[in-house]
Amino acid sequence: MAVDETVAAATTSPVKTKRRLPPEISILGVLIGLALIFEVLGWIFVGKSFLMNAERLRIIILQMSVIGIIAVGVTQVIITGGIDLSSGSVVGIAAMVAASLAQEAGYAKAVYPDLTGLPILVPVVAGLLVGLIAGIINGSLIAYTGIPPFIATLGMMVTARGLAKAYTRGQPIGVLQDDYAAVGSGLTPVIIFLSVAAIFFIALRYTRYGKFTYAIGANVQAARVSGINIGRHLIKVYAIAGLLAGLAGVVTSARVVSGQPGMGVMYELDAIAATVIGGTSLTGGVGRITGTVIGVIILGVVTSGFTFLRIDAYYQEIVKGGIIVAAVIADQYRQRRRKKA
Amino acid sequence: MLSPSTMRIVRESGAVPNSEYLLDVEGVRKEFPGVVALDDVLFRLRRGSVHALMGENGAGKSTLMKIIAGIYTPDRGSFRLRGVDIRLESPLDALENGIAMIHQELNLMAFMTVAENIWIRREPRNRFGFVDHGVMRRMTAELFQRLNIDLDPEVEVGSLSVANRQMVEIAKAVSYDSDVLIMDEPTSALTEREVEHLFKIIRALKADGKGIVYITHKMSELFEIADEVSVFRDGRYIGTHNSRDVTRDDIIRMMVGREITQMFPKDTVPIGDVVLAAQGLSLDGVFRDVSFEVRAGEILGVAGLVGSGRSNVAETLFGVTPASSGSISIGGKPVTIDSPGTAMANGMAFLTEDRKETGCFLKLEVLENIQMAALNKGYVKSGFVTQRVLTKDCGDLSTALRIKTPDMQEPVLNLSGGNQQKVLIARWLLTKPRILILDEPTRGIDVGAKAEIHRLISKLAGEGVAVIMISSEMPEILGMSDRIMVIHEGSVTGFLDRSEADQVKIMELASH
Repeated sequence: MAVDETVAAATTSPVKTKRRLPPEISILGVLIGLALIFEVLGWIFVGKSFLMNAERLRIIILQMSVIGIIAVGVTQVIITGGIDLSSGSVVGIAAMVAASLAQEAGYAKAVYPDLTGLPILVPVVAGLLVGLIAGIINGSLIAYTGIPPFIATLGMMVTARGLAKAYTRGQPIGVLQDDYAAVGSGLTPVIIFLSVAAIFFIALRYTRYGKFTYAIGANVQAARVSGINIGRHLIKVYAIAGLLAGLAGVVTSARVVSGQPGMGVMYELDAIAATVIGGTSLTGGVGRITGTVIGVIILGVVTSGFTFLRIDAYYQEIVKGGIIVAAVIADQYRQRRRKKA
Repeated sequence: MLSPSTMRIVRESGAVPNSEYLLDVEGVRKEFPGVVALDDVLFRLRRGSVHALMGENGAGKSTLMKIIAGIYTPDRGSFRLRGVDIRLESPLDALENGIAMIHQELNLMAFMTVAENIWIRREPRNRFGFVDHGVMRRMTAELFQRLNIDLDPEVEVGSLSVANRQMVEIAKAVSYDSDVLIMDEPTSALTEREVEHLFKIIRALKADGKGIVYITHKMSELFEIADEVSVFRDGRYIGTHNSRDVTRDDIIRMMVGREITQMFPKDTVPIGDVVLAAQGLSLDGVFRDVSFEVRAGEILGVAGLVGSGRSNVAETLFGVTPASSGSISIGGKPVTIDSPGTAMANGMAFLTEDRKETGCFLKLEVLENIQMAALNKGYVKSGFVTQRVLTKDCGDLSTALRIKTPDMQEPVLNLSGGNQQKVLIARWLLTKPRILILDEPTRGIDVGAKAEIHRLISKLAGEGVAVIMISSEMPEILGMSDRIMVIHEGSVTGFLDRSEADQVKIMELASH
């Protein structure tokens, strides 16, 4: 290569790798701090331990697994500089479609009387497919029509919810097979969440897909000039987000052993909140799955903590809103520090 | 030590003591995590003079200027403005005390008009408290007339060329009635005519008693416009001289600490077959009927005035904006270049003109920046990046190009402009191109690094790479090119062979 001779002539110091603290340390700190606060408050107001309760911890983790699955997809979307507001609605329609194909054999009042007693692979794949298609539509709109992601996914949010309601004219779907319900029982949702998180942690860090995702978020024009096919990549990212929302829909309906048109309402906001709390920047190019996982747990702790302290659900929402704003402010501060004086 | 607001009141009252130096900075030190940017710096700016700052990338010139402009605060040292000790807390402080800066990377709002940009925060208001656009337009027109600038105040800044945007920045700085004007590489995007215009303005400002701090890499400019020159190296102040008392070699030696014997190391290189041929290439409304050939080992310089369409041709060649008509053939075979990916697959590489907008991933690390294009051509197995090999190759390139960075994990944002440019060059070299398109490759790069890059380009040509080099620097184009293609307002006006080319002929072809 041309550079050989110039390497020999170079007099600058060798390029070395400096040890830098991972950003997750500060978010982990927040988590530990919050847990301790609730522990102390618990002793003061309720006379019981918050943390030393296996049942409570189990419930925290289970409740947040669904949000976590969605958040893994949303994190990738936000890293590209976009946003996905449709996750919750996709959960709804995916849950309905999956549930309608998971009904017990011989159930006379089934949605599809001829399609009862199907192997559980069918409803699961159907739910995933619904999510995947929604994601591909989102991605294609954004990639090829120049509509801002906010608007495109907002449209999908409304449309998908409408579809979920229209699917059975608002009727809930019940009488689901036991093996389908197994998908949402015990620790299965947690395992699914952690597996999904692991897969995409690896993808974002070690694959070309991951590198390109960050590149597009950091500077889409430079990414284009570097040879990245922006349109094709964005479709992949949104498709994955949709697929994961679909998966969350399957898990949700399996957990409650029913399909309801209102499933997933506001889930996208929780997922976005967890992502942002976890250190992903809304401006794009920055974000890690590990941070998102911690963000999910933080949200879970807050939700559970409030219930534990018997604080009204309404106040929960207010505080959650405050936490999201605080997280974004913290992110801005971090960005400015990264930029140096 | 007076506070900036007190200083402002004193200044406005006219009771400021008259001192010989507008600015007197001594013993200044500035440190960033891991890097000492400035140490024990001395800088004095006289009234009614132009004081040039020279030094290699990362030598500390920009840091010193940012301290003077109130963007950074020094860790140590004294800072006297018009003889009075002062500590500037923000760019606003600096502005209100009569120090205005025109940045290398322009700070204008693209979606607002010229007038709005100039008068932002001080818009003239009518009796209802609303912005008086008529008065604003008139004030802008007056300002422009004083400075002999020909621009429409109502035009959106985003639609202006880089050169015109710079004019707006300069007008804005002048409009603050500042005593101290800092110009950071103001001529990097200006044509010869525009540079002359700028110098006329600068001389007028000088006559008015203003002090101008002028950062540049161009020696010729220094000797033409500057009265004094201060040289920096590695954060250390080396010395100040009157521009009449030093030679070009003296300055280079001070900057670099060693002799640089050849500016443009042009080797004679065997020129091979035609690698790329464009025939009748047109982009509606931008350029038409562009035809040329480049051979292996050849450096084709592309000259022309700013705005003539050279960068557009390059973008079309590389598939960023595909041609509306015409053809391109590579290695004799016709190809349709409809995207950068296709261009890269055909062995092309493209270093864009604007490293901030279309070049660097500022938030990402040096390593990520260097490897991004190469990932489209290799270093991937079943979707996974072969990071170890890739990191090593990137590291080698980084060392070879002498990229000044604490490590490969540093965000490119923190590198100096010249080093950012080197990162981009590394990015494209990593793709091992057969055809290398460079758009202003040494813009904002100091003498030492310029020579290195030129040596590198020559070496690549020696290995059979075909180079297309767009440049607005005459010495560079004349020194490096085997042939020169000149473009004027979207058409090719002529080709010059190396043996016959000179500045006059190029300018003639570029202006007709």
